Amino acid sequence: MLELKNISKEYNKRVILNRVNMTVKNGKIMCIVGESGAGKTTLLRCISGLEKIDGGQILIDGKEFDPYSNQNNDSVIGVVFQEYQLFPHLKVLDNITLAPTMVLKKKEVVAKKEAMQLLDGLSLTDKADLYPYQLSGGQKQRVAIARAMAMKPQILCYDEPTSALDPGLRDTVKNIILDLKKSGMTQIVVTHDMEFAKQIADSILKVKPSRS
Amino acid sequence: MSYILEILPSLLEGAQLTLKIFLWTIIGSVPLGLIVGLGLTSRLVPLKAVLKFYVWLMRGTPLLLQLIFVFYGLPLIGNGALTLQRYDAALFAFILNYTAYFAEIFRGGLQSIDRGQYESAKVLRLSYWQTVRKVITPQVLKIVLPSIGNEVINLVKDSSLVYVIGLGDLLRAGNVATSRDVTLVPLILVGVIYLLMTAVLTFILRKLEQHYSYWK
Repeated sequence: MLELKNISKEYNKRVILNRVNMTVKNGKIMCIVGESGAGKTTLLRCISGLEKIDGGQILIDGKEFDPYSNQNNDSVIGVVFQEYQLFPHLKVLDNITLAPTMVLKKKEVVAKKEAMQLLDGLSLTDKADLYPYQLSGGQKQRVAIARAMAMKPQILCYDEPTSALDPGLRDTVKNIILDLKKSGMTQIVVTHDMEFAKQIADSILKVKPSRS
Repeated sequence: MSYILEILPSLLEGAQLTLKIFLWTIIGSVPLGLIVGLGLTSRLVPLKAVLKFYVWLMRGTPLLLQLIFVFYGLPLIGNGALTLQRYDAALFAFILNYTAYFAEIFRGGLQSIDRGQYESAKVLRLSYWQTVRKVITPQVLKIVLPSIGNEVINLVKDSSLVYVIGLGDLLRAGNVATSRDVTLVPLILVGVIYLLMTAVLTFILRKLEQHYSYWK
């Protein structure tokens, strides 16, 4: 279970997040919605350790947890970025195996086998030897999901997973997220798409721009 | 023709020194340039200030002056403790100078990499050096290769400046022969040898660029 208590974040004295509270139960999907500039992405960046929080507490399973300084590889928080941020110089398979081999010190063979299983599950089997520039947007996103999953994250976060896709692909993303939920993955989805949020979410957090 | 064969050995001997200086300068200054480039893009303000000053100094004064200073100047300052052999002094000055140019090229390359690449590496738990080695450097190399190539070609010709501290490189060998035999033939040969060297380098650089063209 992930709990946020009174999370605050400022940039240059401008308050972005003002005492945000949120609880995500294991295996559930939490959607963070709100208009542009409300701080949705900032909240996600605080949870995934890309920003240092200025106030408040983050707890995982009741224990205090600082994602910004955490080095423990058992409590990884995976992120699927809006622009995917695949590594352009690496093949799809190597994009996925890089962190497991470098960080978790897995053997090349083992990492590759696990990566192939992930790719199979996301119907990307035949894309393993391609480079990111050879993929469509939807395929890149699925590679980004596989890459995050390879680190066996406790929580998987998405930043605007539908915004860069054709409307037709929205259902594909929805199904992937719901499939991952079936396998027990805890997921946090930032989106401005209220319809999408209603379709997948177990709970929805509305972030409002804070006045200061 | 027989005259050419007669002077060729001394010219080739000079070319050997030119190549030696060239190779060691590349081996020393490209990796150092990358490291200084990383420093120039870091958030450590004092480190950045020192490196900026260094780059300004190296790019702001003539290489010829730097060579003279290293060979004739350093011994005066250090009461002889800083005396370097001619060849070592030349290498020292060249590596110091070219590192600054390469650092600026790498800085540009590093700054053109999307911040998101660092962030995605960070959430995958890669350490800073793992990120630099496996994610950033391969992308930067592809970007900077054409500019590096330019400096590499320059270096072949800049190496002729070592005559000022009395080293016998290719150009000096040609000069000696020209003034001794009162003919331009040695200097023409020198030009041809420089052209051959840059032709080979141009070929190698193009191959390297092709090697990196497998991704976009």
